[in-house]
Amino acid sequence: MLGIAAGLPPAALSLAYLAAAVLFIHGLRQLTHPRTARRGNIFSAAGMVVAVSATVLWFEILSPVVLFAGLLVGAAIGSWLAATVDTTDMPQLVGLFNGFGGGASALVAGAELVDLFGPSGATVAPVETTTAAAATGLIGGVTFWGSLVAAGKLQGFVEDPVHYPGENTLKTAFFGLAVLAGVALVTQIEISVLSAATWVPAYWMLVAAASILGILLVVPIGGADMPVVIALLNACSGLAAAATGFALDNSVLIVAGTLVGASGLILTFIMCESMNRTLTNVLFGGYSAGGPSGDVADIYTGNVMSTSPEEVAMLLDVARRVVIVPGYGMAVGQAQHAVAELAALLEANGVEVVFGIHPVAGRMPGHMNVLLAEANVPYEQMAELEAVNPTFSQTDVVIVTGANDVVNPSALSGESSPIAGMPVLHVWDAQTVIVNKRSLSPGYAGIPNPLFTYDNTYMLFGDAREEMQALVTEYKDTHR
Amino acid sequence: MGFVENLTLFVLAAFVGYEVITKIPATLHTPLIAGTNAISGITLIGSVVVAGAGQSTLATVLGFLAVVMATTNVVGGYLVSHRMLRRFRGREG
Repeated sequence: MLGIAAGLPPAALSLAYLAAAVLFIHGLRQLTHPRTARRGNIFSAAGMVVAVSATVLWFEILSPVVLFAGLLVGAAIGSWLAATVDTTDMPQLVGLFNGFGGGASALVAGAELVDLFGPSGATVAPVETTTAAAATGLIGGVTFWGSLVAAGKLQGFVEDPVHYPGENTLKTAFFGLAVLAGVALVTQIEISVLSAATWVPAYWMLVAAASILGILLVVPIGGADMPVVIALLNACSGLAAAATGFALDNSVLIVAGTLVGASGLILTFIMCESMNRTLTNVLFGGYSAGGPSGDVADIYTGNVMSTSPEEVAMLLDVARRVVIVPGYGMAVGQAQHAVAELAALLEANGVEVVFGIHPVAGRMPGHMNVLLAEANVPYEQMAELEAVNPTFSQTDVVIVTGANDVVNPSALSGESSPIAGMPVLHVWDAQTVIVNKRSLSPGYAGIPNPLFTYDNTYMLFGDAREEMQALVTEYKDTHR
Repeated sequence: MGFVENLTLFVLAAFVGYEVITKIPATLHTPLIAGTNAISGITLIGSVVVAGAGQSTLATVLGFLAVVMATTNVVGGYLVSHRMLRRFRGREG
Protein backbone atom coordinates (compact mmCIF):
# COMPACT_ATOMS: atom_id res chain seq x y z
CA MET A 1 0.00 0.00 0.00
CA LEU A 2 3.01 2.31 -0.06
CA GLY A 3 2.96 5.27 -2.45
CA ILE A 4 5.49 8.01 -3.12
CA ALA A 5 6.70 7.85 0.46
CA ALA A 6 7.91 4.23 0.03
CA GLY A 7 11.17 3.67 1.84
CA LEU A 8 10.15 5.72 4.86
CA PRO A 9 9.63 3.75 8.07
CA PRO A 10 6.01 2.76 8.72
CA ALA A 11 5.91 5.08 11.72
CA ALA A 12 6.30 8.14 9.46
CA LEU A 13 2.59 8.34 8.67
CA SER A 14 1.63 8.00 12.33
CA LEU A 15 4.11 10.74 13.22
CA ALA A 16 2.58 13.04 10.60
CA TYR A 17 -0.83 12.34 12.12
CA LEU A 18 0.56 13.12 15.58
CA ALA A 19 1.89 16.45 14.27
CA ALA A 20 -1.55 17.20 12.79
CA ALA A 21 -3.31 16.41 16.08
CA VAL A 22 -0.89 18.68 17.98
CA LEU A 23 -1.55 21.51 15.49
CA PHE A 24 -5.34 21.08 15.90
CA ILE A 25 -5.12 21.24 19.71
CA HIS A 26 -2.69 24.15 19.66
CA GLY A 27 -4.92 25.98 17.19
CA LEU A 28 -7.94 25.55 19.48
CA ARG A 29 -5.90 26.80 22.46
CA GLN A 30 -5.14 29.99 20.55
CA LEU A 31 -8.90 30.55 20.14
CA THR A 32 -9.13 31.48 23.82
CA HIS A 33 -8.43 35.14 22.97
CA PRO A 34 -9.51 37.26 19.98
CA ARG A 35 -5.94 38.53 19.68
CA THR A 36 -4.48 35.10 18.94
CA ALA A 37 -7.54 33.46 17.39
CA ARG A 38 -6.61 34.11 13.77
CA ARG A 39 -3.22 32.52 14.27
CA GLY A 40 -4.94 29.57 15.91
CA ASN A 41 -7.15 29.06 12.89
CA ILE A 42 -4.08 29.02 10.66
CA PHE A 43 -2.35 26.46 12.91
CA SER A 44 -5.41 24.27 12.68
CA ALA A 45 -5.52 24.60 8.88
CA ALA A 46 -1.82 23.71 8.75
CA GLY A 47 -2.61 20.56 10.71
CA MET A 48 -5.18 19.64 8.08
CA VAL A 49 -2.67 20.21 5.27
CA VAL A 50 -0.13 17.97 7.04
CA ALA A 51 -2.66 15.17 7.61
CA VAL A 52 -4.07 15.25 4.07
CA SER A 53 -0.72 15.53 2.25
CA ALA A 54 0.81 12.76 4.32
CA THR A 55 -2.15 10.54 3.44
CA VAL A 56 -1.98 11.37 -0.27
CA LEU A 57 1.77 10.68 -0.36
CA TRP A 58 1.61 7.53 1.71
CA PHE A 59 -1.11 5.50 0.11
CA GLU A 60 -0.89 4.17 -3.38
CA ILE A 61 -3.32 6.26 -5.38
CA LEU A 62 -4.75 4.11 -8.18
CA SER A 63 -6.97 6.83 -9.55
CA PRO A 64 -5.23 10.17 -8.94
CA VAL A 65 -7.54 11.92 -11.42
CA VAL A 66 -10.61 11.02 -9.39
CA LEU A 67 -8.92 12.13 -6.19
CA PHE A 68 -7.64 15.46 -7.43
CA ALA A 69 -10.86 16.23 -9.28
CA GLY A 70 -12.70 15.70 -6.00
CA LEU A 71 -10.28 17.91 -4.09
CA LEU A 72 -10.53 20.68 -6.70
CA VAL A 73 -14.32 20.61 -6.91
CA GLY A 74 -14.66 20.63 -3.11
CA ALA A 75 -12.13 23.44 -2.66
CA ALA A 76 -13.89 25.51 -5.32
CA ILE A 77 -17.34 25.05 -3.75
CA GLY A 78 -15.99 25.69 -0.24
CA SER A 79 -14.14 28.88 -1.11
CA TRP A 80 -16.99 30.22 -3.20
CA LEU A 81 -19.51 29.69 -0.38
CA ALA A 82 -17.16 31.12 2.25
CA ALA A 83 -16.36 34.20 0.15
CA THR A 84 -19.93 35.08 -0.79
CA VAL A 85 -21.87 34.42 2.42
CA ASP A 86 -23.39 37.29 4.35
CA THR A 87 -22.62 37.31 8.11
CA THR A 88 -26.32 37.19 8.89
CA ASP A 89 -26.47 33.94 6.90
CA MET A 90 -23.45 32.41 8.65
CA PRO A 91 -25.51 29.91 10.70
CA GLN A 92 -27.00 28.22 7.65
CA LEU A 93 -23.63 28.00 5.89
CA VAL A 94 -21.96 26.51 8.95
CA GLY A 95 -24.93 24.16 9.24
CA LEU A 96 -24.45 23.11 5.63
CA PHE A 97 -20.74 22.48 6.17
CA ASN A 98 -21.56 20.37 9.25
CA GLY A 99 -23.83 18.31 7.07
CA PHE A 100 -21.15 17.79 4.44
CA GLY A 101 -18.72 16.57 7.10
CA GLY A 102 -21.24 14.10 8.45
CA GLY A 103 -22.29 12.97 4.96
CA ALA A 104 -18.68 12.42 3.91
CA SER A 105 -18.09 10.26 6.99
CA ALA A 106 -21.14 8.14 6.19
CA LEU A 107 -19.95 7.65 2.59
CA VAL A 108 -16.41 6.74 3.67
CA ALA A 109 -17.66 4.07 6.07
CA GLY A 110 -19.93 2.75 3.29
CA ALA A 111 -17.07 2.64 0.79
CA GLU A 112 -14.91 0.88 3.37
CA LEU A 113 -17.57 -1.81 3.76
CA VAL A 114 -17.96 -2.10 -0.02
CA ASP A 115 -14.23 -2.74 -0.32
CA LEU A 116 -14.19 -5.06 2.68
CA PHE A 117 -16.99 -7.23 1.36
CA GLY A 118 -15.78 -6.74 -2.23
CA PRO A 119 -15.69 -9.47 -4.90
CA SER A 120 -12.52 -11.01 -3.51
CA GLY A 121 -13.19 -9.82 -0.01
CA ALA A 122 -14.33 -11.35 3.21
CA THR A 123 -17.79 -12.57 4.07
CA VAL A 124 -17.31 -11.79 7.72
CA ALA A 125 -15.88 -8.50 8.93
CA PRO A 126 -14.37 -7.74 12.34
CA VAL A 127 -17.05 -6.68 14.78
CA GLU A 128 -15.12 -3.49 15.72
CA THR A 129 -15.21 -2.35 12.10
CA THR A 130 -18.90 -3.06 11.56
CA THR A 131 -19.85 -1.44 14.88
CA ALA A 132 -17.87 1.67 14.03
CA ALA A 133 -19.38 1.71 10.54
CA ALA A 134 -22.88 1.39 11.99
CA ALA A 135 -22.22 4.30 14.36
CA THR A 136 -20.84 6.37 11.48
CA GLY A 137 -23.84 5.60 9.29
CA LEU A 138 -26.31 6.54 12.02
CA ILE A 139 -24.60 9.77 13.10
CA GLY A 140 -23.54 10.73 9.56
CA GLY A 141 -27.00 10.20 8.08
CA VAL A 142 -28.71 12.18 10.85
CA THR A 143 -26.11 14.95 10.58
CA PHE A 144 -26.29 15.30 6.80
CA TRP A 145 -30.05 15.49 6.46
CA GLY A 146 -30.63 17.23 9.78
CA SER A 147 -28.17 19.93 8.73
CA LEU A 148 -29.82 20.37 5.33
CA VAL A 149 -33.19 20.91 7.01
CA ALA A 150 -31.67 23.27 9.61
CA ALA A 151 -29.91 25.28 6.90
CA GLY A 152 -33.14 25.35 4.87
CA LYS A 153 -35.04 26.67 7.87
CA LEU A 154 -32.48 29.37 8.60
CA GLN A 155 -32.53 30.37 4.95
CA GLY A 156 -36.32 30.47 5.02
CA PHE A 157 -36.84 27.62 2.53
CA VAL A 158 -38.53 25.37 5.06
CA GLU A 159 -41.51 26.47 7.12
CA ASP A 160 -40.82 26.45 10.83
CA PRO A 161 -41.74 24.84 13.12
CA VAL A 162 -43.82 22.00 11.68
CA HIS A 163 -45.78 19.92 14.16
CA TYR A 164 -48.00 16.94 13.45
CA PRO A 165 -49.69 14.30 15.61
CA GLY A 166 -47.57 11.30 16.54
CA GLU A 167 -44.27 12.91 15.49
CA ASN A 168 -42.32 11.41 18.37
CA THR A 169 -43.69 7.93 17.61
CA LEU A 170 -42.55 8.30 14.00
CA LYS A 171 -39.07 9.39 15.13
CA THR A 172 -38.87 6.41 17.46
CA ALA A 173 -39.93 4.10 14.65
CA PHE A 174 -37.17 5.27 12.32
CA PHE A 175 -34.63 5.20 15.12
CA GLY A 176 -35.69 1.61 15.82
CA LEU A 177 -35.33 0.74 12.15
CA ALA A 178 -31.83 2.23 12.08
CA VAL A 179 -30.85 0.31 15.21
CA LEU A 180 -32.26 -2.91 13.73
CA ALA A 181 -30.20 -2.48 10.56
CA GLY A 182 -27.19 -1.60 12.71
CA VAL A 183 -27.59 -4.71 14.83
CA ALA A 184 -27.89 -6.83 11.69
CA LEU A 185 -24.67 -5.28 10.36
CA VAL A 186 -22.78 -5.67 13.62
CA THR A 187 -23.83 -9.19 14.54
CA GLN A 188 -24.08 -10.35 10.92
CA ILE A 189 -26.86 -12.68 11.96
CA GLU A 190 -29.33 -13.18 9.15
CA ILE A 191 -32.70 -11.56 9.79
CA SER A 192 -35.28 -12.68 7.19
CA VAL A 193 -35.34 -9.54 4.98
CA LEU A 194 -31.67 -8.82 5.53
CA SER A 195 -30.22 -12.16 4.46
CA ALA A 196 -27.84 -10.75 1.89
CA ALA A 197 -24.57 -12.36 0.95
CA THR A 198 -22.78 -9.20 2.04
CA TRP A 199 -23.79 -6.78 4.73
CA VAL A 200 -23.48 -3.68 2.59
CA PRO A 201 -27.27 -3.37 1.96
CA ALA A 202 -27.86 -3.41 5.71
CA TYR A 203 -25.51 -0.45 5.98
CA TRP A 204 -27.37 1.55 3.34
CA MET A 205 -30.66 0.71 4.99
CA LEU A 206 -29.22 2.06 8.22
CA VAL A 207 -28.10 5.26 6.46
CA ALA A 208 -31.54 5.66 4.84
CA ALA A 209 -33.35 5.25 8.17
CA ALA A 210 -30.89 7.67 9.83
CA SER A 211 -31.43 10.18 7.01
CA ILE A 212 -35.21 10.17 7.50
CA LEU A 213 -34.66 10.39 11.26
CA GLY A 214 -32.44 13.43 10.74
CA ILE A 215 -35.18 15.20 8.78
CA LEU A 216 -37.89 14.24 11.29
CA LEU A 217 -35.77 15.47 14.20
CA VAL A 218 -35.11 18.96 12.87
CA VAL A 219 -38.42 19.73 11.11
CA PRO A 220 -40.38 20.45 14.35
CA ILE A 221 -37.68 22.70 15.85
CA GLY A 222 -38.24 26.47 15.73
CA GLY A 223 -35.84 29.14 14.51
CA ALA A 224 -34.88 30.51 17.92
CA ASP A 225 -33.79 27.02 19.00
CA MET A 226 -31.36 26.80 16.10
CA PRO A 227 -28.32 27.70 18.25
CA VAL A 228 -28.83 24.38 20.02
CA VAL A 229 -29.37 22.47 16.79
CA ILE A 230 -26.33 23.95 15.04
CA ALA A 231 -24.11 23.19 18.05
CA LEU A 232 -25.46 19.66 18.31
CA LEU A 233 -24.98 18.95 14.60
CA ASN A 234 -21.45 20.33 14.96
CA ALA A 235 -20.84 17.73 17.68
CA CYS A 236 -22.38 15.01 15.49
CA SER A 237 -20.17 15.80 12.50
CA GLY A 238 -17.16 15.40 14.81
CA LEU A 239 -18.43 12.18 16.36
CA ALA A 240 -19.14 10.78 12.88
CA ALA A 241 -15.50 11.48 11.96
CA ALA A 242 -14.32 9.83 15.18
CA ALA A 243 -16.47 6.77 14.46
CA THR A 244 -15.00 6.62 10.93
CA GLY A 245 -11.59 6.67 12.64
CA PHE A 246 -12.55 3.55 14.57
CA ALA A 247 -13.76 1.88 11.34
CA LEU A 248 -10.56 2.74 9.43
CA ASP A 249 -8.28 2.30 12.48
CA ASN A 250 -6.98 5.84 11.98
CA SER A 251 -5.59 7.81 14.95
CA VAL A 252 -5.91 11.38 13.69
CA LEU A 253 -9.55 10.86 12.68
CA ILE A 254 -10.32 9.73 16.21
CA VAL A 255 -8.46 12.59 17.92
CA ALA A 256 -9.74 15.37 15.63
CA GLY A 257 -13.29 14.01 15.51
CA THR A 258 -13.43 13.72 19.29
CA LEU A 259 -12.18 17.29 19.77
CA VAL A 260 -14.99 18.52 17.56
CA GLY A 261 -17.50 16.28 19.32
CA ALA A 262 -16.44 17.69 22.70
CA SER A 263 -16.62 21.25 21.42
CA GLY A 264 -20.07 20.82 19.91
CA LEU A 265 -21.46 19.11 23.01
CA ILE A 266 -20.11 21.81 25.35
CA LEU A 267 -21.70 24.50 23.18
CA THR A 268 -24.96 22.53 23.04
CA PHE A 269 -25.16 22.47 26.82
CA ILE A 270 -24.20 26.15 27.15
CA MET A 271 -27.04 26.99 24.75
CA CYS A 272 -29.54 24.80 26.62
CA GLU A 273 -28.54 26.35 29.95
CA SER A 274 -28.98 29.81 28.46
CA MET A 275 -32.61 28.97 27.77
CA ASN A 276 -33.02 26.91 30.96
CA ARG A 277 -34.24 24.01 28.86
CA THR A 278 -33.08 20.44 28.60
CA LEU A 279 -31.81 19.07 25.32
CA THR A 280 -34.75 16.64 25.29
CA ASN A 281 -37.15 19.53 25.64
CA VAL A 282 -35.55 21.40 22.72
CA LEU A 283 -35.50 18.32 20.49
CA PHE A 284 -38.83 16.76 21.37
CA GLY A 285 -40.84 19.42 23.20
CA GLY A 286 -40.87 23.01 22.11
CA TYR A 287 -42.80 25.74 23.87
CA SER A 288 -46.38 24.70 24.33
CA ALA A 289 -48.56 26.60 21.92
CA GLY A 290 -51.39 28.76 23.17
CA GLY A 291 -50.59 29.93 26.67
CA PRO A 292 -52.06 33.04 28.23
CA SER A 293 -52.43 34.79 24.89
CA GLY A 294 -55.83 36.15 25.90
CA ASP A 295 -54.50 38.64 28.43
CA VAL A 296 -51.52 39.73 26.32
CA ALA A 297 -53.11 43.05 25.46
CA ASP A 298 -54.51 43.52 28.96
CA ILE A 299 -51.19 43.96 30.71
CA TYR A 300 -50.13 46.58 28.19
CA THR A 301 -53.25 48.74 27.97
CA GLY A 302 -52.54 52.16 29.41
CA ASN A 303 -49.24 51.04 30.91
CA VAL A 304 -46.85 51.51 28.02
CA MET A 305 -44.99 54.76 27.42
CA SER A 306 -43.49 55.46 24.04
CA THR A 307 -40.71 57.81 23.12
CA SER A 308 -38.98 59.33 20.09
CA PRO A 309 -35.39 59.43 18.83
CA GLU A 310 -35.17 63.11 19.88
CA GLU A 311 -36.02 62.28 23.49
CA VAL A 312 -33.63 59.33 23.55
CA ALA A 313 -30.85 61.54 22.18
CA MET A 314 -31.45 63.96 25.05
CA LEU A 315 -31.24 61.09 27.56
CA LEU A 316 -28.00 59.92 25.98
CA ASP A 317 -26.67 63.44 26.17
CA VAL A 318 -26.51 63.30 29.96
CA ALA A 319 -25.71 59.58 30.25
CA ARG A 320 -22.33 58.37 31.49
CA ARG A 321 -22.84 54.66 31.02
CA VAL A 322 -24.93 53.06 28.26
CA VAL A 323 -25.58 49.36 27.71
CA ILE A 324 -26.87 48.20 24.33
CA VAL A 325 -28.72 44.88 24.27
CA PRO A 326 -28.96 43.56 20.72
CA GLY A 327 -31.27 40.74 19.67
CA TYR A 328 -31.75 38.79 16.49
CA GLY A 329 -34.28 41.41 15.34
CA MET A 330 -31.37 43.84 15.00
CA ALA A 331 -29.62 41.46 12.61
CA VAL A 332 -32.80 40.83 10.63
CA GLY A 333 -33.26 44.58 10.26
CA GLN A 334 -29.56 45.01 9.33
CA ALA A 335 -29.33 47.64 12.04
CA GLN A 336 -25.94 46.59 13.42
CA HIS A 337 -24.00 49.25 11.51
CA ALA A 338 -26.23 52.06 12.80
CA VAL A 339 -26.01 50.64 16.32
CA ALA A 340 -22.22 50.39 16.07
CA GLU A 341 -22.02 53.97 14.81
CA LEU A 342 -24.10 55.16 17.77
CA ALA A 343 -21.81 53.26 20.15
CA ALA A 344 -18.72 54.81 18.57
CA LEU A 345 -20.23 58.32 18.78
CA LEU A 346 -21.13 57.85 22.44
CA GLU A 347 -17.68 56.61 23.25
CA ALA A 348 -16.08 59.50 21.40
CA ASN A 349 -18.03 61.77 23.78
CA GLY A 350 -16.68 60.04 26.85
CA VAL A 351 -19.67 57.76 27.51
CA GLU A 352 -18.88 54.21 28.62
CA VAL A 353 -20.59 51.85 26.15
CA VAL A 354 -21.04 48.11 26.63
CA PHE A 355 -22.91 45.58 24.51
CA GLY A 356 -24.74 43.11 26.75
CA ILE A 357 -24.97 39.93 24.73
CA HIS A 358 -27.23 37.04 25.70
CA PRO A 359 -25.80 33.64 24.66
CA VAL A 360 -28.85 32.87 22.49
CA ALA A 361 -29.16 36.38 21.02
CA GLY A 362 -28.32 35.13 17.51
CA ARG A 363 -29.07 32.06 15.46
CA MET A 364 -25.93 30.22 16.53
CA PRO A 365 -23.59 30.46 19.52
CA GLY A 366 -21.62 33.73 19.35
CA HIS A 367 -23.49 34.88 16.22
CA MET A 368 -24.27 38.34 17.64
CA ASN A 369 -20.60 38.95 18.45
CA VAL A 370 -19.62 38.19 14.86
CA LEU A 371 -22.30 40.53 13.51
CA LEU A 372 -21.09 43.32 15.80
CA ALA A 373 -17.41 42.65 15.05
CA GLU A 374 -18.21 42.99 11.37
CA ALA A 375 -19.78 46.38 12.12
CA ASN A 376 -16.44 47.40 13.72
CA VAL A 377 -17.47 47.07 17.35
CA PRO A 378 -14.26 46.35 19.29
CA TYR A 379 -14.37 43.05 21.18
CA GLU A 380 -13.63 44.80 24.51
CA GLN A 381 -17.11 46.33 24.28
CA MET A 382 -18.86 42.95 24.08
CA ALA A 383 -19.84 41.66 27.52
CA GLU A 384 -21.35 38.31 28.45
CA LEU A 385 -24.54 38.02 30.49
CA GLU A 386 -22.82 37.19 33.81
CA ALA A 387 -20.44 40.12 33.40
CA VAL A 388 -23.02 42.73 32.46
CA ASN A 389 -25.87 41.86 34.84
CA PRO A 390 -24.29 43.26 38.04
CA THR A 391 -23.52 46.53 36.23
CA PHE A 392 -27.06 47.55 35.24
CA SER A 393 -27.66 49.37 38.53
CA GLN A 394 -24.81 51.75 37.63
CA THR A 395 -26.13 52.22 34.09
CA ASP A 396 -27.93 55.35 32.98
CA VAL A 397 -29.51 54.16 29.76
CA VAL A 398 -30.11 50.69 28.31
CA ILE A 399 -31.05 50.42 24.65
CA VAL A 400 -32.71 47.12 23.79
CA THR A 401 -33.04 46.58 20.06
CA GLY A 402 -34.59 43.54 18.40
CA ALA A 403 -34.62 41.51 21.63
CA ASN A 404 -37.58 40.43 23.73
CA ASP A 405 -37.52 37.15 25.66
CA VAL A 406 -33.92 37.67 26.85
CA VAL A 407 -34.98 40.84 28.73
CA ASN A 408 -38.24 39.45 30.15
CA PRO A 409 -38.44 39.83 33.95
CA SER A 410 -41.08 37.08 34.22
CA ALA A 411 -38.18 34.63 33.84
CA LEU A 412 -37.35 35.48 37.45
CA SER A 413 -40.86 35.38 38.86
CA GLY A 414 -42.95 32.30 39.25
CA GLU A 415 -42.87 28.82 37.77
CA SER A 416 -45.95 29.56 35.68
CA SER A 417 -44.01 31.32 32.93
CA PRO A 418 -42.68 29.16 30.09
CA ILE A 419 -39.35 30.94 30.39
CA ALA A 420 -39.18 30.65 34.21
CA GLY A 421 -35.58 30.14 35.29
CA MET A 422 -34.06 31.24 32.00
CA PRO A 423 -31.07 33.52 32.57
CA VAL A 424 -32.05 37.00 31.37
CA LEU A 425 -30.43 40.43 31.23
CA HIS A 426 -31.60 42.50 34.21
CA VAL A 427 -31.97 45.67 32.15
CA TRP A 428 -34.71 47.04 34.45
CA ASP A 429 -32.07 47.75 37.13
CA ALA A 430 -30.85 50.64 35.00
CA GLN A 431 -32.06 54.22 35.32
CA THR A 432 -33.89 54.21 31.99
CA VAL A 433 -34.63 51.41 29.53
CA ILE A 434 -35.35 52.15 25.88
CA VAL A 435 -36.88 49.24 24.00
CA ASN A 436 -36.78 49.48 20.22
CA LYS A 437 -39.35 47.12 18.70
CA ARG A 438 -41.80 47.19 15.83
CA SER A 439 -44.80 46.47 18.05
CA LEU A 440 -45.79 44.90 21.35
CA SER A 441 -46.04 41.46 19.74
CA PRO A 442 -44.61 38.61 21.82
CA GLY A 443 -41.23 37.03 21.12
CA TYR A 444 -40.41 33.41 20.38
CA ALA A 445 -41.71 32.15 23.74
CA GLY A 446 -45.10 33.65 22.85
CA ILE A 447 -45.58 35.46 26.16
CA PRO A 448 -46.05 39.13 27.07
CA ASN A 449 -43.12 41.07 28.49
CA PRO A 450 -43.94 43.05 31.68
CA LEU A 451 -40.73 45.06 31.14
CA PHE A 452 -42.60 47.17 28.58
CA THR A 453 -44.96 48.39 31.33
CA TYR A 454 -42.26 49.36 33.83
CA ASP A 455 -42.04 52.98 34.96
CA ASN A 456 -38.48 53.35 33.70
CA THR A 457 -39.15 51.74 30.31
CA TYR A 458 -39.92 53.71 27.17
CA MET A 459 -40.82 52.06 23.87
CA LEU A 460 -39.17 53.31 20.71
CA PHE A 461 -41.53 51.80 18.17
CA GLY A 462 -40.31 51.26 14.64
CA ASP A 463 -37.88 49.47 12.33
CA ALA A 464 -34.56 48.83 14.07
CA ARG A 465 -32.41 50.34 11.34
CA GLU A 466 -34.55 53.44 10.78
CA GLU A 467 -34.86 54.21 14.49
CA MET A 468 -31.16 53.65 15.17
CA GLN A 469 -30.18 55.82 12.21
CA ALA A 470 -32.57 58.53 13.42
CA LEU A 471 -30.98 58.27 16.85
CA VAL A 472 -27.50 58.64 15.33
CA THR A 473 -28.63 61.77 13.44
CA GLU A 474 -30.27 63.31 16.51
CA TYR A 475 -27.26 62.58 18.68
CA LYS A 476 -24.90 64.09 16.11
CA ASP A 477 -27.09 67.22 16.03
CA THR A 478 -26.88 67.74 19.78
CA HIS A 479 -23.08 67.35 19.64
CA ARG A 480 -22.29 69.48 16.68
CA MET B 1 -3.66 -0.39 16.40
CA GLY B 2 -6.26 -2.29 18.31
CA PHE B 3 -9.67 -1.25 19.52
CA VAL B 4 -8.45 -0.57 23.06
CA GLU B 5 -5.70 1.80 21.83
CA ASN B 6 -8.29 3.62 19.71
CA LEU B 7 -10.60 3.87 22.69
CA THR B 8 -7.72 5.27 24.76
CA LEU B 9 -7.15 8.00 22.16
CA PHE B 10 -10.88 8.75 22.10
CA VAL B 11 -11.19 9.16 25.86
CA LEU B 12 -8.01 11.23 26.22
CA ALA B 13 -8.98 13.47 23.29
CA ALA B 14 -12.38 14.03 24.89
CA PHE B 15 -10.71 15.30 28.08
CA VAL B 16 -8.29 17.52 26.16
CA GLY B 17 -11.24 18.88 24.15
CA TYR B 18 -13.20 19.64 27.31
CA GLU B 19 -10.29 21.46 28.94
CA VAL B 20 -9.47 23.55 25.87
CA ILE B 21 -12.98 24.38 24.69
CA THR B 22 -14.35 25.48 28.08
CA LYS B 23 -11.69 28.24 28.11
CA ILE B 24 -12.90 29.78 24.85
CA PRO B 25 -14.96 32.96 25.42
CA ALA B 26 -18.54 33.22 24.11
CA THR B 27 -17.43 36.02 21.79
CA LEU B 28 -15.53 33.49 19.69
CA HIS B 29 -18.09 30.70 19.66
CA THR B 30 -19.16 31.21 16.04
CA PRO B 31 -15.58 31.12 14.69
CA LEU B 32 -15.04 28.13 17.01
CA ILE B 33 -17.93 26.25 15.40
CA ALA B 34 -16.71 27.14 11.91
CA GLY B 35 -13.16 26.11 12.80
CA THR B 36 -14.07 22.84 14.49
CA ASN B 37 -16.40 22.23 11.59
CA ALA B 38 -13.37 22.38 9.32
CA ILE B 39 -11.51 20.01 11.66
CA SER B 40 -14.36 17.51 11.40
CA GLY B 41 -13.57 17.50 7.67
CA ILE B 42 -10.59 15.38 8.74
CA THR B 43 -12.79 12.58 7.46
CA LEU B 44 -11.29 13.80 4.16
CA ILE B 45 -8.26 11.60 4.74
CA GLY B 46 -10.57 8.61 4.98
CA SER B 47 -12.17 9.74 1.70
CA VAL B 48 -8.73 10.14 0.11
CA VAL B 49 -7.85 6.55 0.95
CA VAL B 50 -11.10 5.06 -0.38
CA ALA B 51 -11.26 7.33 -3.45
CA GLY B 52 -7.63 6.69 -4.30
CA ALA B 53 -7.54 2.98 -3.56
CA GLY B 54 -10.41 2.39 -5.97
CA GLN B 55 -10.77 -1.35 -5.48
CA SER B 56 -14.23 -1.25 -7.01
CA THR B 57 -16.08 1.32 -9.11
CA LEU B 58 -18.74 1.78 -6.43
CA ALA B 59 -16.13 2.47 -3.75
CA THR B 60 -14.40 4.94 -6.08
CA VAL B 61 -17.65 6.83 -6.79
CA LEU B 62 -18.52 6.94 -3.11
CA GLY B 63 -14.98 8.04 -2.37
CA PHE B 64 -15.17 10.82 -4.97
CA LEU B 65 -18.41 12.19 -3.48
CA ALA B 66 -16.92 11.94 0.00
CA VAL B 67 -13.80 13.83 -1.12
CA VAL B 68 -15.94 16.63 -2.60
CA MET B 69 -18.08 16.97 0.52
CA ALA B 70 -15.20 16.75 2.97
CA THR B 71 -13.04 19.22 1.00
CA THR B 72 -15.95 21.68 0.84
CA ASN B 73 -16.26 21.29 4.61
CA VAL B 74 -12.53 21.78 5.26
CA VAL B 75 -11.82 24.66 2.86
CA GLY B 76 -15.11 26.45 3.50
CA GLY B 77 -14.87 26.03 7.28
CA TYR B 78 -11.37 27.46 7.59
CA LEU B 79 -12.02 30.33 5.17
CA VAL B 80 -15.27 31.35 6.82
CA SER B 81 -13.62 31.19 10.25
CA HIS B 82 -10.71 33.27 8.98
CA ARG B 83 -13.09 35.81 7.46
CA MET B 84 -14.91 36.26 10.75
CA LEU B 85 -11.78 36.39 12.91
CA ARG B 86 -10.31 39.09 10.67
CA ARG B 87 -13.17 41.34 11.79
CA PHE B 88 -12.49 40.91 15.51
CA ARG B 89 -10.52 44.01 16.41
CA GLY B 90 -9.59 45.56 19.68
CA ARG B 91 -9.84 49.29 20.37
CA GLU B 92 -6.26 49.76 19.23
CA GLY B 93 -6.58 47.67 16.04
